[in-house]
Amino acid sequence: MTSTILEMRDITKTFPGVKALSNVNLRVEEGEIHAVVGENGAGKSTLMKVLSGVYPSGTYDGEIIYRGQECHFKGIHDSEHLGIVIIHQELALVPMLSITENIFLGNEHATYGIIDWNANEKRTSALLKKVGLKEDPKTLITNIGVGKQQLVEIAKALSKEVKLLILDEPTASLSEKDSQALLDLLLEFKRQGITSILISHKLNEVNRVADKVTIIRDGRTIETLDKKDISEDRIITSMVGRSLDDRFPPREPEIGEIVLEVKNWSVYHPIHPERQVIKGIDIDVRKGEVVGIAGLMGAGRTEFAMSLFGRSYGRRVTGDVLLNGKPIDISSVSKAVEHGIAYVTEDRKTYGLNLIDHIKHNITLANLPGVSRHSVIDDMRELSVANDYRGRTNIRASSVYQMTGNLSGGNQQKVVLSKWLFANPEVLILDEPTRGIDVGAKYEIYTIIARLASEGKAIIVISSEMPELLGITDRIYVMNEGRIVGEMAASDASQEKIMRAIVRGEGKAS
Amino acid sequence: MSTDSAPAPQSGVAEDLQQGPRVAVSALVTNLREYGLVLALIAIMLFFQFTTSGTLFKPLNLSNLVQQNSFIIVMALGMLLVIVSGHIDLSVGSVAGFIGALAANMMVTWHLGPLSNPLVVSIICLVIGGCIGAAQGYWIAYHRIPSFIVTLAGMLIFRGMCQALLGGGSSVGPLPDVFNKLSSGFIPDVIGTLTLIAPTVNAAGKTIVGSGLTLHMTTVVIGIVGVLAYAYFGLTARRNRERHGYEAEPFTLFAVKTMVVSALMLFLVYQFATYKGMPVVLLVMAVLIALFVFVTKRMTIGRRIYAMGGNAKAALLSGIKTDRLTLMVFVNMGVLSALGGLIIAARLGQAVPAAGLGSELDVIAAVFIGGASAMGGVGQVIGSVVGGFIMGVMNNGMSIMGVNVDWQQVVKGLVLLGAVIFDVYNKNKA
Repeated sequence: MTSTILEMRDITKTFPGVKALSNVNLRVEEGEIHAVVGENGAGKSTLMKVLSGVYPSGTYDGEIIYRGQECHFKGIHDSEHLGIVIIHQELALVPMLSITENIFLGNEHATYGIIDWNANEKRTSALLKKVGLKEDPKTLITNIGVGKQQLVEIAKALSKEVKLLILDEPTASLSEKDSQALLDLLLEFKRQGITSILISHKLNEVNRVADKVTIIRDGRTIETLDKKDISEDRIITSMVGRSLDDRFPPREPEIGEIVLEVKNWSVYHPIHPERQVIKGIDIDVRKGEVVGIAGLMGAGRTEFAMSLFGRSYGRRVTGDVLLNGKPIDISSVSKAVEHGIAYVTEDRKTYGLNLIDHIKHNITLANLPGVSRHSVIDDMRELSVANDYRGRTNIRASSVYQMTGNLSGGNQQKVVLSKWLFANPEVLILDEPTRGIDVGAKYEIYTIIARLASEGKAIIVISSEMPELLGITDRIYVMNEGRIVGEMAASDASQEKIMRAIVRGEGKAS
Repeated sequence: MSTDSAPAPQSGVAEDLQQGPRVAVSALVTNLREYGLVLALIAIMLFFQFTTSGTLFKPLNLSNLVQQNSFIIVMALGMLLVIVSGHIDLSVGSVAGFIGALAANMMVTWHLGPLSNPLVVSIICLVIGGCIGAAQGYWIAYHRIPSFIVTLAGMLIFRGMCQALLGGGSSVGPLPDVFNKLSSGFIPDVIGTLTLIAPTVNAAGKTIVGSGLTLHMTTVVIGIVGVLAYAYFGLTARRNRERHGYEAEPFTLFAVKTMVVSALMLFLVYQFATYKGMPVVLLVMAVLIALFVFVTKRMTIGRRIYAMGGNAKAALLSGIKTDRLTLMVFVNMGVLSALGGLIIAARLGQAVPAAGLGSELDVIAAVFIGGASAMGGVGQVIGSVVGGFIMGVMNNGMSIMGVNVDWQQVVKGLVLLGAVIFDVYNKNKA
């Protein structure tokens, strides 16, 4: 009675040096809501990009069979033409255009290039009704909230006569109420015969609407569960089920007094001032301790760290920071650096490096007084500092005069680390220190972290990779939706426990 | 191979001998941008020397060349920092015009007593230039208004104020002689002249102007000290690197470069010495160039400006106060625009409504010809200076050749475009 609308067979996608997907299979029946779940970096989004043609046919191995026909999509246009529409996590709307203009962007009803706005607006009104959005079609996108923008994206998908709707983390930035409305809408579409693929790691949502769940881990399909078999425990076990081997250097922690203490830290969104991003966080770090912050994407970990580091993120930042028991003012980056706090960014290319300058200049940037006298830089001292740190962090480059833009991700990360090590901080906040770097370089970074802890630094590691946190930290805070929802000793923690804290916290937070 | 029959050691020696020049050539190729610019300037100078039948290098013309272009170069020093930090300043020509008008009025029409003293006026004008830079930089640095817009407004405002100060279309002058010395004066010869060939004396007992050969010894001494200092600093920096075990450029290349630059400097100094000596404005310019090379290469503030232009977000997150730094870059630009304005007024001996009109574009062109990137973060002081001289020599040479002003603009435009295309091509190749 049901027929298969989509089958993806043995999809394998390789990036230089990384196998992102290996023999992934996905089978979606007509008219169902099919959830795809997995940890960050498991390969969910890559799979959807293969499906929609973002990675064109020929750049991957395997077959895509859609409505009984094998498809070779060369781009998004090809897949949209057949009614496959993907709505990405980052919305693709033009803020300063109206709802109508956005819905029909590139697809306007026009005769000889002259747009008939009346016809377009009439159709927009009809589409907005379908998605239950009561807004004037002339309203600018920038003037409506994220939840409503999501609905506009869906209306846009409907305008393309969608048969298979793919939503990538649609509720990641929505409030509880908007999320519920969106899920109801998906159920409504199901009644109308539209098939949906829902990518999410909010298991309560998956539980509520999905007919089937496919779990992906490390670029492989683990299993597909039917409605009757879906349970949170089962999904969590499948999502994280891998063993910890000796991918981490051994270390013997020597933990001392509390160095940094943050109390009741709250931050509001820089653009949407009514949205509270960080909701009263309390954490502390001790001398020689490595503290992890776990959580899913969008939990507010980076926002917390950057707001702490000289208010580099958000507005209306409130809360107290104590360093060695004394309150300190770290309202600007330079003040934070002076107090011995360093933040190693998750996005080294945008926030960490001057890519058009060489390694030497990048390493000394945060501590120029350390290589100069009376504001005059001692070239030789700078050179030996750069060479020293190049050796310590094992940066592989022809010389310290190599442009950082030409280095590999792992070596770039070591340059950023060197920069902050030379600034000699007491507290080091590392945000996704191993993102996008290969296994060998990861081990080197872990070794550096262990050495710094043994030198008595207080270290906070933010990571989305749970094995990493379990492997290198002493204590783990679990964060979700701007709150700390759990704290555990690393020896006592497990991936299941962390995931459970996140999932349980999901229901509480609203 | 023909060397096959030769004994092995000999061929090894031959290779060693060839090694030197080959390494030098490869280093020359990798630093093509740096050396290419100087070579281009020399080639352009030789070209015009030839086409103007030797007029270009005549001492009188060299003095003119320096006096006509000094204000462009002075302002290019500030513009380099503006462009490296990722901004642009369109107001410099208007600010220069305004400051010239202000200075002329203070010295000639307003009768301010001791405040009309040329030196006092000059200092006040430099301070006012700094204030103008601060006023514009404030909006750019602290309110994130694009520098293009802020300085476009400044360009209109200060041109208007310049014309208003001059009471419509008229000019204000003549300016005091001692003030005009800034541009048209020559340094006094405190050592005395050296007569190489006695001038011919005519029947009436008067010397014939231009005959004989006397040298302005102060100029010669300054020139020789300058060349020695240049060679000394180059050599110590080199030795310092070698002592710490870091590779320096091949010695052949270093020696050739130092000799070419020294020879060029000595030749120019000699030409000036046979005429009236070194123009005052050349000395001012040389001191400023040395200062800005030092600031950009050796001082923390210079390093921070490059870092900010390369990646402003990363610089901010490294604890650099990017707002204040941007403000300071524009204050510096304002002071140098004011100095440029004083130099223009001193050269003309009066303030005119069109002073500095359109010069912002020459200044910006000089910086881009000199290899700066429009995206910020890249650019050299020496490059901008050479770029400024390339523009100046072309102006001067084409004028002597009698090329129509319209076509001069076309040629300058093509040179600017060519230099930037060369840059982009080089970057993509790397």
